[in-house]
Amino acid sequence: MKNQSVKNNIDWISVFIYSALVILGWLNIYSSSLLSTDGTYQKQLIFIACTIPLIFVVLFVDGKFYEKYASIIFGVSLLSLAGLFLFGKTIAGQRCWYAIGSFTLQPSEFAKAATSLALAKYLSDTQINLKETNRQIQALAIIFLPVILILPQPDPGSALIYSIFILVLHREGLPAWYVWTGFITIVLFVFSLILEPQYVILISFIILAIVYFKGRVVDRNIILSGMILAAISVFVLSVNYVFENVFKQHHRDRFNILLGKTVDMKGIGYNTNQSEIAIGSGGWLGKGFLEGTQTKGGFVPEQHTDYIFTTVGEEWGFVGSFIVIALFACLFLRVIYLAERQKTKFSRVYGYCVAGILFIHFFVNIAMVVGIFPTIGVPLPFFSYGGSGLWGFTILLFIFLKMDANKVNEW
Amino acid sequence: MRKVLLPSLIIIAASLLVIRVFYLQIIDDSFKLKSENNAIKKQYDYPERGYIYDRYGKLLVANQASYDIMVIPREVKEDLNISEFCELLNITKEDYQKRIAKARVYSPRLPSVFLSQLNKSEFAAFQEKIRKYDGFYFQKRSLRDYEVDYGANIFGFITQVNEKLIAKNPYYNSGDLIGKQGVEQSYEEILRGIKGVKYIQKDKYNREIGSYKNGKYDTIAVQGEDINLTIDAELQKYGEELMINKRGGIVALEPKTGEILALITAPSYDPGILVGRQRSKNYTLLYHDSIAKPLYDRGLLAEYPPGSPFKLLTGLVALQEGVIDENFSVSCHHGFSYARGRFMRCHCSGGQLQLHRGIYQSCNSYFATAYMKTINKYTKPAAAVDVWSNHLKSFGLGQFMGYDLPTGKRGKIPTSKTYKRMYPNGGWRSTAIVSNAIGQGEVVMTPIQLANMMATIANQGYYYTPHIIKKIEGKKIDSKFTTKHTTTIDQKFFPPIISGLFDVYNMGTASRLKVEGIDICGKTGTAENFAKIGGKRVQLKDHSIFVAFAPKDNPKIAIAIMIENGGFGATIAGPIASLMIEKYLKKKITRKDLETRVLNISLRSEYAKLGGMPEAEAIESTPKDSALKAKIITPKVTTPQAVVKKTIIDTTKKN
Repeated sequence: MKNQSVKNNIDWISVFIYSALVILGWLNIYSSSLLSTDGTYQKQLIFIACTIPLIFVVLFVDGKFYEKYASIIFGVSLLSLAGLFLFGKTIAGQRCWYAIGSFTLQPSEFAKAATSLALAKYLSDTQINLKETNRQIQALAIIFLPVILILPQPDPGSALIYSIFILVLHREGLPAWYVWTGFITIVLFVFSLILEPQYVILISFIILAIVYFKGRVVDRNIILSGMILAAISVFVLSVNYVFENVFKQHHRDRFNILLGKTVDMKGIGYNTNQSEIAIGSGGWLGKGFLEGTQTKGGFVPEQHTDYIFTTVGEEWGFVGSFIVIALFACLFLRVIYLAERQKTKFSRVYGYCVAGILFIHFFVNIAMVVGIFPTIGVPLPFFSYGGSGLWGFTILLFIFLKMDANKVNEW
Repeated sequence: MRKVLLPSLIIIAASLLVIRVFYLQIIDDSFKLKSENNAIKKQYDYPERGYIYDRYGKLLVANQASYDIMVIPREVKEDLNISEFCELLNITKEDYQKRIAKARVYSPRLPSVFLSQLNKSEFAAFQEKIRKYDGFYFQKRSLRDYEVDYGANIFGFITQVNEKLIAKNPYYNSGDLIGKQGVEQSYEEILRGIKGVKYIQKDKYNREIGSYKNGKYDTIAVQGEDINLTIDAELQKYGEELMINKRGGIVALEPKTGEILALITAPSYDPGILVGRQRSKNYTLLYHDSIAKPLYDRGLLAEYPPGSPFKLLTGLVALQEGVIDENFSVSCHHGFSYARGRFMRCHCSGGQLQLHRGIYQSCNSYFATAYMKTINKYTKPAAAVDVWSNHLKSFGLGQFMGYDLPTGKRGKIPTSKTYKRMYPNGGWRSTAIVSNAIGQGEVVMTPIQLANMMATIANQGYYYTPHIIKKIEGKKIDSKFTTKHTTTIDQKFFPPIISGLFDVYNMGTASRLKVEGIDICGKTGTAENFAKIGGKRVQLKDHSIFVAFAPKDNPKIAIAIMIENGGFGATIAGPIASLMIEKYLKKKITRKDLETRVLNISLRSEYAKLGGMPEAEAIESTPKDSALKAKIITPKVTTPQAVVKKTIIDTTKKN
């Protein structure tokens, strides 16, 4: 009996952590919107209730369904994203919702799962070798298709999420220099904003020189080193140019706050400042459930959505914050562990995508809230208010849990 | 490698977030405060300040309601009848416009003070109509209401706390009131009570959205407690009246307890002038009068060489050290030659003197001899001076006495260290310091120390630390005021001194100051003083000093009086002492002749030499009592204008 097998084989640890996070999330939404009159926490309760039938549907669909129809799901998803340009509803300047009566749906929340399925399907082909440039381009194309559709909405937060697929590809054989290039690019970007460009170039030169002379004589390639240095120089100088001339003031401000350059706490710095105050005032044990003064006073903007973690920090203190962060980390590690023991490449890649997507949401969101990442609209999975987000993440996770539960039937 | 990259990243990222959260929540505690400023408003409820009574329960200081008219500019209606409104508050239309404009500049939607410190009658008419004026409301405050027009130096005053104190003491907030000087300062915490706090939760628009945690942390205001002072209000009042047109200080103590019966400084002012709308103008005047110094409590702060009264201590120490006895006699030839070419003049009638006549005739030679013998008893003068110094310190001299008023001076009793500094090469002997014998030299005392010295002699060898607190509602006073201090002088050495003091009134310098039916023991003194006027050092009339206690057996009052530029001790200070003692012991005055004479003594012409501030003088020591006013003829003294403002008054050690 299939029913029996899912119940017996599903990973209850993941289900438990998932449930804990959803419940904690709702309690914090309840606290942060207690004094508002637009029914925020009631609606979220309905959204949560809706996940139950959703989970059942996801679990009782045939195990092979997802692999079989991955391409079609991906195609539908891309169409739904493209359709936004025609039928989308604009909220707060972003055209990324479909409105059905008073109800809104955000297709980009579901596109992540679809892209993961598509990528898994593509990589599961035994012929695929990611050492080949052609394959690399094809794989990256799958990732970039939705990004191209999401960026102009504009929704840079959702687009940023897709960068995590690079790590998934790396796990499946993408050469390390992709990851390194990405990493070094980020480091150079940050440093060229903090320091004068000539110092960044000088430091890069010194590091390159050390690497060059430390290496074995046969490995020394003066032309390659020179090209790298030239590339770095061009990049650093162009970052400065782009930052000053292409970025809009509000983009620059988002970085400047982090770099400690702007102190206008009433204007652009308001969000970050207020969220730091709310979290910082929590202390060890927090002010207690429903006792947060910042939460009650509504000082933190968007508190029930992107800034929901401030309520955790203020009302539950360091202990509560630690528990939430630890629960998330455990869930990610658990999913990776499950992914590694999958028998098919398809479900392994998909598991990796799930862990990666959830992780990058989690990190970018909390890092932004605690003031170590620029302000960017990324929800905290399972916590932030919103039906599309909650359902998107639930479907994403439970498709994988279904695959995991089903693995005994595979052969 | 590829398998561990993502898990490692997850662990590193999660740790990074935990560290950051730890920093925000645990290490950097500035956020906690910011959050309170953000979201919680504290609303204070100020309790009424405790009342002040005298030793017999007469109410001296109470409170009066005062009203601040507040305004929220945005809520003021356009059609407000300005002329009617201004009439009710007794302000001009221009004034109205100016005040509204000022409030609007501060904030159109927050309340600010429109008109402050209205008294009951000023407020009454307005109160009936206040409902008509939208945007205006009132805030009640409690201010001091002085039932008497004297005792300003004892009470001190109430003022707004300054920034420095707010930084030091977290209890106070900007705009709070605090007692300054006098008992308002020393009993601040008892009188003020504890203010109540209500915490109110605000939202981001600064609107109040209810009480914080249902008032869990709110506190109720604790009423200030009433206090009784040891002051005899009648005696205090009488002393201040006697001091009109004079400058100086009077301290009267009850020897048996150390209670301060009267503490007078002149010139003084009516405490009521430092309340209400005139407060700051008046305070500025008093504060800047650096010549008459009405805010300077001479009874506690005026340090002078005590002069002749100090001879009593010289005698007591010599008796205790056994270098003289009651019958020891000295022959005086109108002076004392203590070294080659050194001569100390003496005004006694001369001939052979014993201790008794030495005291009542205030013989310099006698006490100089006694002092030399005390010092020469020891081989090393340094050791001798320390022995002598320790005897004196047991009388509470040369140190802060520990009384419960916020100001004071140590005075000075020299020790061997003092002379080591003065004569770094040593070689000083008793002859160098003989001026100490007659209260000149390096000895300096304040009036309260002199009064305590007399109380100690009256008690024959002990004293209680002088204090002004009699009773705090339901509490005992500090035990340090009920601890007996015994001097190093044997009780048996006091009677001869007391009998000498008694004869000061019978046969000596104060024989004309006797009061029928009271045995007074007293001693006159003078202190020379100089001032720099127009750059020249000029000797002014001596300060008049008098110390006394009475009655001789079972003493009830000890008193010290210092009158600046009053001349010889028996001319002004002596009569005041007699009158004060009679007033205290008999509650009425039989020596009307003496009273009239003292009331009409004015030293204003003497003080005019130093210059002054006529505007300030106008509010200093002005008697309100019409009967008293009639008795006093205030002479018109033309204060020389354009005097150098910095007149330096100094005293000298020469005699």
